[in-house]
Amino acid sequence: MNKTIITVVGKDCVGIIAKVCTYLSANNVNILDISQTIVQDFFNMMMIADVSGSAKDFYQLSSELEEVGQEIGVLIKIQREDIFDMMHRI
Amino acid sequence: MINISEVIETNEMIEKENLDVRTITMGISLLDCIDSDLDKVNEAIYKKVTTMAKDLVATGKKIEKSYGIPIVNKRISVTPIALIGSAACKTPEDFVTIAKTLDKAANTVGVNFIGGYSALVSKGATKADNLLIRSIPEALAVTNHVCSSINVGSSKTGINMDAVKLLGEIILETAEKSKDADSIGCAKLVVFCNAPDDNPFMAGAFHGVTESDAVINVGVSGPGVVKKALEQVRGADFGTLCETIKKTAFKITRVGQLVAKEASRMLNVPFGIVDLSLAPTPAVGDSVAEILQEIGLEYPGAPGTTAALALLNDQVKKGGVMASSYVGGLSGAFIPVSEDQGMIDAVNAGCLTLEKLEAMTCVCSVGLDMIAIPGDTKASTLSGIIADEMAIGMINNKTTAVRLIPVIGKKIGDIAEFGGLLGYAPIMPVNNFSCDAFIQRGGRIPAPIHSFKN
Repeated sequence: MNKTIITVVGKDCVGIIAKVCTYLSANNVNILDISQTIVQDFFNMMMIADVSGSAKDFYQLSSELEEVGQEIGVLIKIQREDIFDMMHRI
Repeated sequence: MINISEVIETNEMIEKENLDVRTITMGISLLDCIDSDLDKVNEAIYKKVTTMAKDLVATGKKIEKSYGIPIVNKRISVTPIALIGSAACKTPEDFVTIAKTLDKAANTVGVNFIGGYSALVSKGATKADNLLIRSIPEALAVTNHVCSSINVGSSKTGINMDAVKLLGEIILETAEKSKDADSIGCAKLVVFCNAPDDNPFMAGAFHGVTESDAVINVGVSGPGVVKKALEQVRGADFGTLCETIKKTAFKITRVGQLVAKEASRMLNVPFGIVDLSLAPTPAVGDSVAEILQEIGLEYPGAPGTTAALALLNDQVKKGGVMASSYVGGLSGAFIPVSEDQGMIDAVNAGCLTLEKLEAMTCVCSVGLDMIAIPGDTKASTLSGIIADEMAIGMINNKTTAVRLIPVIGKKIGDIAEFGGLLGYAPIMPVNNFSCDAFIQRGGRIPAPIHSFKN
Protein backbone atom coordinates (compact mmCIF):
# COMPACT_ATOMS: atom_id res chain seq x y z
CA MET A 1 0.00 0.00 0.00
CA ASN A 2 1.36 3.41 -0.99
CA LYS A 3 -0.94 5.92 0.68
CA THR A 4 -1.18 9.42 -0.65
CA ILE A 5 -3.36 12.40 0.10
CA ILE A 6 -5.01 14.18 -2.80
CA THR A 7 -6.42 17.61 -2.05
CA VAL A 8 -8.66 19.68 -4.26
CA VAL A 9 -9.19 23.34 -3.41
CA GLY A 10 -11.16 25.88 -5.40
CA LYS A 11 -14.52 27.43 -6.19
CA ASP A 12 -17.27 24.85 -6.04
CA CYS A 13 -18.77 23.78 -9.38
CA VAL A 14 -20.50 20.81 -10.98
CA GLY A 15 -18.39 17.76 -11.69
CA ILE A 16 -15.22 18.35 -9.67
CA ILE A 17 -15.34 14.99 -7.92
CA ALA A 18 -16.39 13.23 -11.14
CA LYS A 19 -13.46 14.66 -13.11
CA VAL A 20 -10.90 13.78 -10.46
CA CYS A 21 -12.31 10.29 -9.89
CA THR A 22 -12.42 9.58 -13.62
CA TYR A 23 -8.73 10.39 -13.88
CA LEU A 24 -7.88 8.29 -10.82
CA SER A 25 -9.86 5.30 -12.01
CA ALA A 26 -8.29 5.48 -15.48
CA ASN A 27 -4.91 5.29 -13.75
CA ASN A 28 -5.85 2.50 -11.38
CA VAL A 29 -5.57 4.63 -8.25
CA ASN A 30 -7.75 3.21 -5.48
CA ILE A 31 -9.66 5.73 -3.34
CA LEU A 32 -9.78 4.69 0.31
CA ASP A 33 -11.57 7.66 1.83
CA ILE A 34 -13.11 10.95 0.74
CA SER A 35 -14.09 13.92 2.84
CA GLN A 36 -14.94 17.49 2.00
CA THR A 37 -15.65 20.78 3.66
CA ILE A 38 -16.10 24.46 2.82
CA VAL A 39 -13.46 26.81 4.28
CA GLN A 40 -13.91 30.55 3.70
CA ASP A 41 -16.18 29.90 0.68
CA PHE A 42 -13.66 27.54 -0.86
CA PHE A 43 -14.41 23.94 -1.66
CA ASN A 44 -11.87 21.67 0.07
CA MET A 45 -11.82 17.98 -0.72
CA MET A 46 -9.40 15.42 0.58
CA MET A 47 -8.98 11.88 -0.68
CA ILE A 48 -6.83 9.20 0.81
CA ALA A 49 -5.74 7.05 -2.11
CA ASP A 50 -3.51 4.08 -2.79
CA VAL A 51 -1.31 4.65 -5.84
CA SER A 52 0.60 1.36 -5.71
CA GLY A 53 -1.51 -0.16 -8.50
CA SER A 54 -0.87 2.68 -10.93
CA ALA A 55 1.47 2.16 -13.87
CA LYS A 56 2.53 5.81 -13.66
CA ASP A 57 5.01 7.03 -11.10
CA PHE A 58 4.18 9.53 -8.40
CA TYR A 59 5.72 12.49 -10.21
CA GLN A 60 3.78 11.80 -13.39
CA LEU A 61 0.51 11.45 -11.47
CA SER A 62 1.31 14.70 -9.71
CA SER A 63 1.81 16.74 -12.88
CA GLU A 64 -1.17 15.17 -14.66
CA LEU A 65 -3.45 15.86 -11.70
CA GLU A 66 -2.24 19.44 -11.74
CA GLU A 67 -3.34 19.65 -15.38
CA VAL A 68 -6.76 18.14 -14.57
CA GLY A 69 -7.08 20.84 -11.91
CA GLN A 70 -6.25 23.59 -14.38
CA GLU A 71 -8.93 22.33 -16.77
CA ILE A 72 -11.65 22.68 -14.13
CA GLY A 73 -10.20 25.72 -12.39
CA VAL A 74 -9.22 24.15 -9.06
CA LEU A 75 -5.91 23.40 -7.38
CA ILE A 76 -5.12 19.69 -7.10
CA LYS A 77 -2.20 18.47 -5.04
CA ILE A 78 -0.98 14.98 -4.37
CA GLN A 79 1.29 14.43 -1.38
CA ARG A 80 2.65 11.37 0.35
CA GLU A 81 0.79 10.73 3.57
CA ASP A 82 3.93 10.74 5.76
CA ILE A 83 4.11 14.53 5.97
CA PHE A 84 0.72 14.69 7.69
CA ASP A 85 1.43 11.68 9.88
CA MET A 86 4.72 13.17 11.01
CA MET A 87 3.22 16.55 11.79
CA HIS A 88 0.04 15.46 13.54
CA ARG A 89 0.87 12.10 15.16
CA ILE A 90 3.51 11.38 17.74
CA MET B 1 -6.34 8.08 9.95
CA ILE B 2 -5.43 11.62 8.96
CA ASN B 3 -8.44 13.91 8.81
CA ILE B 4 -9.25 16.81 6.53
CA SER B 5 -8.65 19.55 9.09
CA GLU B 6 -5.12 18.27 9.70
CA VAL B 7 -4.46 18.21 5.97
CA ILE B 8 -5.80 21.73 5.57
CA GLU B 9 -3.71 22.94 8.53
CA THR B 10 -0.49 21.54 7.06
CA ASN B 11 -1.17 22.86 3.58
CA GLU B 12 -2.11 26.31 4.85
CA MET B 13 1.20 26.45 6.71
CA ILE B 14 2.96 25.72 3.43
CA GLU B 15 0.86 27.88 1.13
CA LYS B 16 -0.04 30.86 3.30
CA GLU B 17 2.48 30.96 6.12
CA ASN B 18 5.70 30.26 4.20
CA LEU B 19 6.50 26.95 5.91
CA ASP B 20 9.46 25.51 4.08
CA VAL B 21 12.57 23.48 4.54
CA ARG B 22 15.18 26.18 4.31
CA THR B 23 18.09 24.00 3.32
CA ILE B 24 19.30 20.49 2.74
CA THR B 25 23.04 20.74 3.24
CA MET B 26 25.36 17.92 2.37
CA GLY B 27 28.50 17.93 4.45
CA ILE B 28 31.47 16.45 2.60
CA SER B 29 34.82 15.64 4.16
CA LEU B 30 37.74 16.70 1.98
CA LEU B 31 40.42 15.30 4.29
CA ASP B 32 41.31 12.67 1.70
CA CYS B 33 42.01 15.43 -0.86
CA ILE B 34 45.07 16.70 1.04
CA ASP B 35 48.24 16.65 -1.05
CA SER B 36 51.41 18.71 -1.30
CA ASP B 37 50.72 19.34 -5.00
CA LEU B 38 48.17 22.15 -5.40
CA ASP B 39 46.88 20.94 -8.78
CA LYS B 40 46.22 17.51 -7.33
CA VAL B 41 44.35 19.05 -4.37
CA ASN B 42 42.12 21.09 -6.69
CA GLU B 43 41.47 18.11 -8.93
CA ALA B 44 40.63 15.86 -6.00
CA ILE B 45 38.28 18.45 -4.44
CA TYR B 46 36.40 19.00 -7.68
CA LYS B 47 36.05 15.28 -8.26
CA LYS B 48 34.91 14.50 -4.73
CA VAL B 49 32.34 17.30 -4.47
CA THR B 50 30.84 16.69 -7.90
CA THR B 51 30.67 12.93 -7.30
CA MET B 52 29.21 12.99 -3.80
CA ALA B 53 26.68 15.75 -4.51
CA LYS B 54 25.75 14.95 -8.08
CA ASP B 55 22.19 13.94 -7.16
CA LEU B 56 21.67 16.44 -4.33
CA VAL B 57 19.62 19.03 -6.24
CA ALA B 58 17.53 16.45 -8.13
CA THR B 59 16.80 14.61 -4.89
CA GLY B 60 15.71 17.83 -3.22
CA LYS B 61 13.30 18.47 -6.08
CA LYS B 62 11.85 14.96 -5.85
CA ILE B 63 11.22 15.38 -2.13
CA GLU B 64 9.55 18.73 -2.77
CA LYS B 65 7.21 17.06 -5.22
CA SER B 66 6.48 14.07 -2.96
CA TYR B 67 5.43 16.10 0.05
CA GLY B 68 4.37 19.34 -1.58
CA ILE B 69 6.74 21.36 0.58
CA PRO B 70 9.30 23.81 -0.84
CA ILE B 71 12.95 23.05 -0.15
CA VAL B 72 14.41 26.47 -0.73
CA ASN B 73 18.12 25.73 -0.85
CA LYS B 74 20.35 22.80 -1.59
CA ARG B 75 23.85 23.42 -0.34
CA ILE B 76 27.21 21.88 0.41
CA SER B 77 29.57 22.31 3.32
CA VAL B 78 33.15 21.04 3.25
CA THR B 79 36.01 20.51 5.68
CA PRO B 80 37.68 23.83 6.59
CA ILE B 81 39.87 24.63 3.61
CA ALA B 82 42.74 25.93 5.77
CA LEU B 83 43.32 22.27 6.73
CA ILE B 84 42.85 20.88 3.23
CA GLY B 85 45.21 23.36 1.59
CA SER B 86 47.78 23.45 4.38
CA ALA B 87 50.31 21.18 2.67
CA ALA B 88 49.97 22.70 -0.79
CA CYS B 89 49.29 26.41 -0.35
CA LYS B 90 52.27 28.68 0.09
CA THR B 91 50.57 32.00 -0.65
CA PRO B 92 47.07 33.51 -0.30
CA GLU B 93 46.77 33.22 -4.09
CA ASP B 94 47.23 29.45 -3.82
CA PHE B 95 44.20 29.34 -1.51
CA VAL B 96 42.20 31.42 -3.99
CA THR B 97 42.62 28.63 -6.57
CA ILE B 98 40.83 26.30 -4.15
CA ALA B 99 38.03 28.84 -3.75
CA LYS B 100 37.66 28.87 -7.52
CA THR B 101 37.55 25.08 -7.60
CA LEU B 102 34.80 25.05 -4.98
CA ASP B 103 32.87 27.65 -6.97
CA LYS B 104 33.18 25.58 -10.14
CA ALA B 105 32.05 22.43 -8.32
CA ALA B 106 29.04 24.29 -6.86
CA ASN B 107 28.10 25.44 -10.35
CA THR B 108 28.39 21.93 -11.75
CA VAL B 109 26.10 20.33 -9.18
CA GLY B 110 23.71 23.31 -9.13
CA VAL B 111 23.85 24.32 -5.45
CA ASN B 112 23.58 28.00 -4.58
CA PHE B 113 26.23 28.07 -1.85
CA ILE B 114 29.20 26.01 -0.79
CA GLY B 115 30.50 26.71 2.71
CA GLY B 116 33.77 25.80 4.35
CA TYR B 117 36.27 28.31 3.07
CA SER B 118 37.14 28.39 6.72
CA ALA B 119 39.80 28.33 9.38
CA LEU B 120 39.46 27.31 13.01
CA VAL B 121 41.80 29.55 14.96
CA SER B 122 40.16 29.85 18.36
CA LYS B 123 43.43 29.36 20.20
CA GLY B 124 46.07 29.97 17.58
CA ALA B 125 46.53 30.15 13.83
CA THR B 126 48.87 28.05 11.73
CA LYS B 127 50.72 29.53 8.79
CA ALA B 128 48.07 28.04 6.49
CA ASP B 129 45.25 29.52 8.62
CA ASN B 130 46.79 32.97 8.24
CA LEU B 131 47.24 32.54 4.48
CA LEU B 132 43.61 31.48 4.11
CA ILE B 133 42.34 34.43 6.15
CA ARG B 134 44.43 36.83 4.06
CA SER B 135 43.05 35.27 0.87
CA ILE B 136 39.39 35.83 1.86
CA PRO B 137 38.84 39.26 0.22
CA GLU B 138 40.09 38.02 -3.15
CA ALA B 139 38.46 34.59 -2.82
CA LEU B 140 35.03 36.10 -2.14
CA ALA B 141 35.47 38.67 -4.91
CA VAL B 142 36.26 36.14 -7.65
CA THR B 143 33.64 33.53 -6.70
CA ASN B 144 29.85 33.61 -6.50
CA HIS B 145 28.91 30.60 -4.39
CA VAL B 146 31.73 30.26 -1.87
CA CYS B 147 31.07 31.14 1.78
CA SER B 148 33.73 31.72 4.38
CA SER B 149 33.75 31.46 8.16
CA ILE B 150 36.45 31.84 10.78
CA ASN B 151 36.13 30.54 14.33
CA VAL B 152 38.13 32.91 16.51
CA GLY B 153 37.06 31.84 19.97
CA SER B 154 35.45 29.20 22.14
CA SER B 155 34.43 28.66 25.75
CA LYS B 156 37.20 26.07 26.02
CA THR B 157 40.03 28.09 24.50
CA GLY B 158 39.24 31.75 25.00
CA ILE B 159 39.46 34.32 22.22
CA ASN B 160 42.27 34.65 19.70
CA MET B 161 42.58 38.45 19.67
CA ASP B 162 45.24 38.43 16.95
CA ALA B 163 42.68 36.83 14.66
CA VAL B 164 40.01 39.30 15.82
CA LYS B 165 42.32 42.19 14.96
CA LEU B 166 43.18 40.72 11.55
CA LEU B 167 39.53 40.03 10.70
CA GLY B 168 38.56 43.66 11.27
CA GLU B 169 40.98 44.51 8.47
CA ILE B 170 39.91 41.57 6.31
CA ILE B 171 36.23 42.52 6.53
CA LEU B 172 37.03 46.05 5.34
CA GLU B 173 39.19 44.71 2.52
CA THR B 174 36.40 42.30 1.51
CA ALA B 175 33.96 45.22 1.50
CA GLU B 176 36.31 47.27 -0.65
CA LYS B 177 36.70 44.47 -3.21
CA SER B 178 32.94 44.23 -3.72
CA LYS B 179 32.09 47.93 -3.31
CA ASP B 180 30.34 48.00 -6.70
CA ALA B 181 27.72 45.62 -5.31
CA ASP B 182 27.20 47.31 -1.91
CA SER B 183 30.08 45.31 -0.39
CA ILE B 184 28.15 42.06 -0.73
CA GLY B 185 31.35 40.03 -0.25
CA CYS B 186 30.94 40.58 3.50
CA ALA B 187 27.55 38.82 3.42
CA LYS B 188 29.50 35.63 2.67
CA LEU B 189 31.88 35.97 5.64
CA VAL B 190 31.07 35.05 9.24
CA VAL B 191 33.25 35.33 12.33
CA PHE B 192 32.32 32.79 15.00
CA CYS B 193 32.77 31.89 18.62
CA ASN B 194 31.90 28.25 19.42
CA ALA B 195 31.14 27.44 15.77
CA PRO B 196 29.19 24.18 15.43
CA ASP B 197 30.60 21.41 13.22
CA ASP B 198 27.21 20.54 11.74
CA ASN B 199 25.54 23.85 10.92
CA PRO B 200 23.57 23.62 7.65
CA PHE B 201 22.95 27.38 7.36
CA MET B 202 25.07 29.75 5.30
CA ALA B 203 27.28 31.65 5.36
CA GLY B 204 28.68 29.82 8.40
CA ALA B 205 28.36 26.18 7.34
CA PHE B 206 31.42 23.96 7.29
CA HIS B 207 31.87 20.21 7.67
CA GLY B 208 33.73 19.75 10.95
CA VAL B 209 36.64 17.37 11.35
CA THR B 210 34.60 15.44 13.93
CA GLU B 211 32.14 14.46 11.19
CA SER B 212 32.03 11.36 9.01
CA ASP B 213 32.82 11.23 5.30
CA ALA B 214 29.48 12.69 4.24
CA VAL B 215 26.34 13.68 6.06
CA ILE B 216 22.94 15.24 5.41
CA ASN B 217 21.94 18.13 7.66
CA VAL B 218 18.63 19.91 7.32
CA GLY B 219 17.62 23.39 8.40
CA VAL B 220 13.92 24.01 8.94
CA SER B 221 12.22 27.34 9.14
CA GLY B 222 8.77 28.78 9.53
CA PRO B 223 8.53 32.06 11.46
CA GLY B 224 5.27 32.75 9.62
CA VAL B 225 3.72 29.61 11.08
CA VAL B 226 4.65 30.62 14.63
CA LYS B 227 3.31 34.13 14.06
CA LYS B 228 0.00 32.80 12.75
CA ALA B 229 -0.35 30.42 15.69
CA LEU B 230 0.29 33.27 18.13
CA GLU B 231 -2.45 35.36 16.52
CA GLN B 232 -4.87 32.82 17.96
CA VAL B 233 -3.71 33.44 21.55
CA ARG B 234 -3.56 37.24 21.63
CA GLY B 235 -3.77 38.52 25.19
CA ALA B 236 -3.27 35.09 26.76
CA ASP B 237 -0.73 34.63 29.57
CA PHE B 238 2.89 33.53 29.12
CA GLY B 239 2.10 29.88 29.87
CA THR B 240 -0.32 29.74 26.94
CA LEU B 241 2.04 31.74 24.75
CA CYS B 242 4.97 29.40 25.40
CA GLU B 243 2.86 26.28 24.95
CA THR B 244 1.67 27.54 21.57
CA ILE B 245 5.21 28.25 20.34
CA LYS B 246 6.37 24.85 21.56
CA LYS B 247 3.61 22.93 19.79
CA THR B 248 4.15 24.86 16.57
CA ALA B 249 7.92 24.31 16.69
CA PHE B 250 7.25 20.60 17.14
CA LYS B 251 5.15 20.46 13.98
CA ILE B 252 7.65 22.44 11.92
CA THR B 253 10.56 20.31 13.07
CA ARG B 254 8.77 17.05 12.32
CA VAL B 255 8.67 18.09 8.68
CA GLY B 256 12.41 18.76 8.79
CA GLN B 257 13.02 15.35 10.33
CA LEU B 258 10.95 13.68 7.60
CA VAL B 259 12.77 15.49 4.82
CA ALA B 260 16.17 14.80 6.37
CA LYS B 261 15.45 11.08 6.70
CA GLU B 262 14.11 10.87 3.15
CA ALA B 263 17.06 12.79 1.67
CA SER B 264 19.47 10.59 3.60
CA ARG B 265 17.76 7.44 2.31
CA MET B 266 17.56 8.58 -1.30
CA LEU B 267 21.16 9.82 -1.42
CA ASN B 268 22.49 6.96 0.65
CA VAL B 269 24.30 9.40 2.92
CA PRO B 270 23.87 9.24 6.72
CA PHE B 271 21.47 11.65 8.39
CA GLY B 272 23.29 14.10 10.64
CA ILE B 273 21.07 16.61 12.37
CA VAL B 274 18.03 18.83 12.04
CA ASP B 275 18.74 22.46 12.83
CA LEU B 276 15.64 23.85 14.55
CA SER B 277 15.76 27.39 13.40
CA LEU B 278 13.36 30.19 12.72
CA ALA B 279 15.11 31.69 9.73
CA PRO B 280 13.40 34.74 8.27
CA THR B 281 13.44 35.97 4.67
CA PRO B 282 12.60 39.42 3.35
CA ALA B 283 9.15 38.12 2.29
CA VAL B 284 6.20 39.55 4.20
CA GLY B 285 4.95 37.04 6.78
CA ASP B 286 8.30 35.25 7.02
CA SER B 287 9.70 37.34 9.82
CA VAL B 288 11.04 36.73 13.33
CA ALA B 289 10.46 40.42 14.08
CA GLU B 290 6.75 39.94 13.42
CA ILE B 291 6.67 37.17 16.04
CA LEU B 292 8.20 39.55 18.58
CA GLN B 293 5.55 42.10 17.63
CA GLU B 294 2.83 39.49 18.01
CA ILE B 295 4.22 38.67 21.46
CA GLY B 296 3.49 42.28 22.35
CA LEU B 297 6.19 44.69 21.22
CA GLU B 298 5.56 47.71 19.00
CA TYR B 299 8.85 46.98 17.25
CA PRO B 300 11.80 44.73 18.05
CA GLY B 301 14.18 46.85 20.07
CA ALA B 302 11.51 48.11 22.46
CA PRO B 303 11.97 47.28 26.17
CA GLY B 304 11.01 43.63 26.63
CA THR B 305 12.63 42.54 23.37
CA THR B 306 15.40 40.49 24.96
CA ALA B 307 12.94 38.68 27.22
CA ALA B 308 10.56 38.00 24.33
CA LEU B 309 13.37 36.66 22.18
CA ALA B 310 14.70 34.54 25.05
CA LEU B 311 11.37 32.82 25.57
CA LEU B 312 10.87 32.37 21.83
CA ASN B 313 14.29 30.78 21.41
CA ASP B 314 13.80 28.49 24.37
CA GLN B 315 10.34 27.31 23.37
CA VAL B 316 11.47 26.64 19.79
CA LYS B 317 14.15 24.35 21.21
CA LYS B 318 11.80 22.64 23.65
CA GLY B 319 9.26 21.89 20.95
CA GLY B 320 11.84 20.93 18.37
CA VAL B 321 13.98 18.62 20.46
CA MET B 322 11.22 16.07 20.85
CA ALA B 323 10.40 16.20 17.15
CA SER B 324 13.78 15.09 15.89
CA SER B 325 16.07 12.21 16.76
CA TYR B 326 19.21 14.35 16.37
CA VAL B 327 19.25 18.08 16.83
CA GLY B 328 22.25 20.28 16.19
CA GLY B 329 23.64 23.20 14.24
CA LEU B 330 22.62 26.62 15.45
CA SER B 331 19.02 25.82 16.48
CA GLY B 332 17.02 28.85 17.58
CA ALA B 333 15.72 32.13 16.24
CA PHE B 334 17.86 34.03 13.77
CA ILE B 335 17.80 37.82 13.99
CA PRO B 336 19.42 39.09 10.80
CA VAL B 337 18.51 42.65 9.89
CA SER B 338 18.57 42.72 6.09
CA GLU B 339 16.84 39.36 5.73
CA ASP B 340 13.83 40.29 7.86
CA GLN B 341 11.40 43.01 6.80
CA GLY B 342 10.21 43.54 10.37
CA MET B 343 13.76 44.18 11.58
CA ILE B 344 14.35 46.64 8.74
CA ASP B 345 11.15 48.48 9.71
CA ALA B 346 12.31 48.58 13.35
CA VAL B 347 15.63 50.14 12.32
CA ASN B 348 13.87 52.66 10.09
CA ALA B 349 11.50 53.57 12.93
CA GLY B 350 14.53 54.32 15.12
CA CYS B 351 13.65 51.53 17.57
CA LEU B 352 16.45 49.06 16.93
CA THR B 353 20.12 49.88 17.47
CA LEU B 354 23.33 47.90 17.17
CA GLU B 355 23.65 47.90 20.97
CA LYS B 356 20.16 46.42 21.45
CA LEU B 357 20.93 43.82 18.79
CA GLU B 358 24.02 42.91 20.79
CA ALA B 359 21.89 42.36 23.87
CA MET B 360 19.51 40.22 21.81
CA THR B 361 22.38 38.02 20.68
CA CYS B 362 22.88 36.91 24.28
CA VAL B 363 19.66 34.92 23.98
CA CYS B 364 19.20 34.22 20.26
CA SER B 365 20.80 31.39 18.36
CA VAL B 366 23.56 33.26 16.59
CA GLY B 367 24.66 36.88 16.59
CA LEU B 368 25.02 40.22 14.86
CA ASP B 369 23.83 39.15 11.45
CA MET B 370 23.53 40.95 8.12
CA ILE B 371 23.90 44.41 9.60
CA ALA B 372 24.93 47.19 7.21
CA ILE B 373 27.15 49.86 8.75
CA PRO B 374 28.94 52.91 7.30
CA GLY B 375 31.76 52.07 4.89
CA ASP B 376 34.16 54.41 6.69
CA THR B 377 34.02 52.41 9.93
CA LYS B 378 37.56 51.77 11.23
CA ALA B 379 39.02 48.25 11.20
CA SER B 380 39.68 48.47 14.94
CA THR B 381 36.03 49.36 15.57
CA LEU B 382 34.97 46.26 13.63
CA SER B 383 37.43 44.21 15.69
CA GLY B 384 36.02 45.70 18.88
CA ILE B 385 32.47 44.75 17.89
CA ILE B 386 33.69 41.23 17.02
CA ALA B 387 35.51 40.95 20.37
CA ASP B 388 32.35 41.94 22.28
CA GLU B 389 30.27 39.38 20.44
CA MET B 390 32.86 36.63 20.87
CA ALA B 391 33.00 37.38 24.61
CA ILE B 392 29.23 36.89 24.86
CA GLY B 393 29.59 33.47 23.23
CA MET B 394 32.61 32.45 25.25
CA ILE B 395 31.17 33.36 28.64
CA ASN B 396 27.68 32.02 27.95
CA ASN B 397 28.75 28.74 26.30
CA LYS B 398 26.82 29.53 23.16
CA THR B 399 27.51 30.10 19.51
CA THR B 400 27.83 33.74 18.57
CA ALA B 401 28.72 35.22 15.23
CA VAL B 402 29.33 38.48 13.45
CA ARG B 403 28.36 39.18 9.87
CA LEU B 404 28.72 42.94 9.48
CA ILE B 405 28.74 44.71 6.15
CA PRO B 406 30.62 48.01 6.07
CA VAL B 407 29.09 49.34 2.86
CA ILE B 408 31.79 51.31 1.08
CA GLY B 409 30.60 54.74 -0.05
CA LYS B 410 27.40 54.70 2.03
CA LYS B 411 26.49 56.63 5.15
CA ILE B 412 23.93 56.36 7.94
CA GLY B 413 20.43 56.46 6.52
CA ASP B 414 21.43 55.16 3.08
CA ILE B 415 20.15 51.80 1.90
CA ALA B 416 22.31 48.83 0.90
CA GLU B 417 20.72 46.48 -1.62
CA PHE B 418 21.89 42.86 -1.58
CA GLY B 419 19.07 41.21 -3.51
CA GLY B 420 17.31 37.85 -3.21
CA LEU B 421 17.30 36.08 0.15
CA LEU B 422 19.88 38.55 1.48
CA GLY B 423 17.43 41.45 1.18
CA TYR B 424 18.30 45.10 1.79
CA ALA B 425 19.32 47.08 4.83
CA PRO B 426 19.43 50.62 6.11
CA ILE B 427 22.96 51.66 7.15
CA MET B 428 23.02 51.67 10.97
CA PRO B 429 25.14 53.93 13.16
CA VAL B 430 28.15 52.48 14.94
CA ASN B 431 29.71 53.72 18.18
CA ASN B 432 32.90 55.30 16.86
CA PHE B 433 34.70 56.00 20.13
CA SER B 434 38.15 54.47 19.83
CA CYS B 435 39.14 50.98 20.99
CA ASP B 436 42.47 51.11 19.13
CA ALA B 437 44.64 50.57 22.20
CA PHE B 438 42.54 47.58 23.25
CA ILE B 439 42.73 45.89 19.86
CA GLN B 440 46.46 46.69 19.44
CA ARG B 441 47.40 44.63 22.52
CA GLY B 442 47.46 41.36 20.58
CA GLY B 443 47.63 37.83 21.98
CA ARG B 444 44.62 36.00 23.34
CA ILE B 445 42.00 36.28 26.03
CA PRO B 446 42.25 33.20 28.30
CA ALA B 447 39.42 30.71 28.60
CA PRO B 448 36.85 31.56 31.29
CA ILE B 449 36.95 29.94 34.70
CA HIS B 450 33.84 27.83 34.08
CA SER B 451 35.53 26.06 31.17
CA PHE B 452 37.64 24.06 33.63
CA LYS B 453 35.17 21.33 34.29
CA ASN B 454 37.46 18.31 34.38
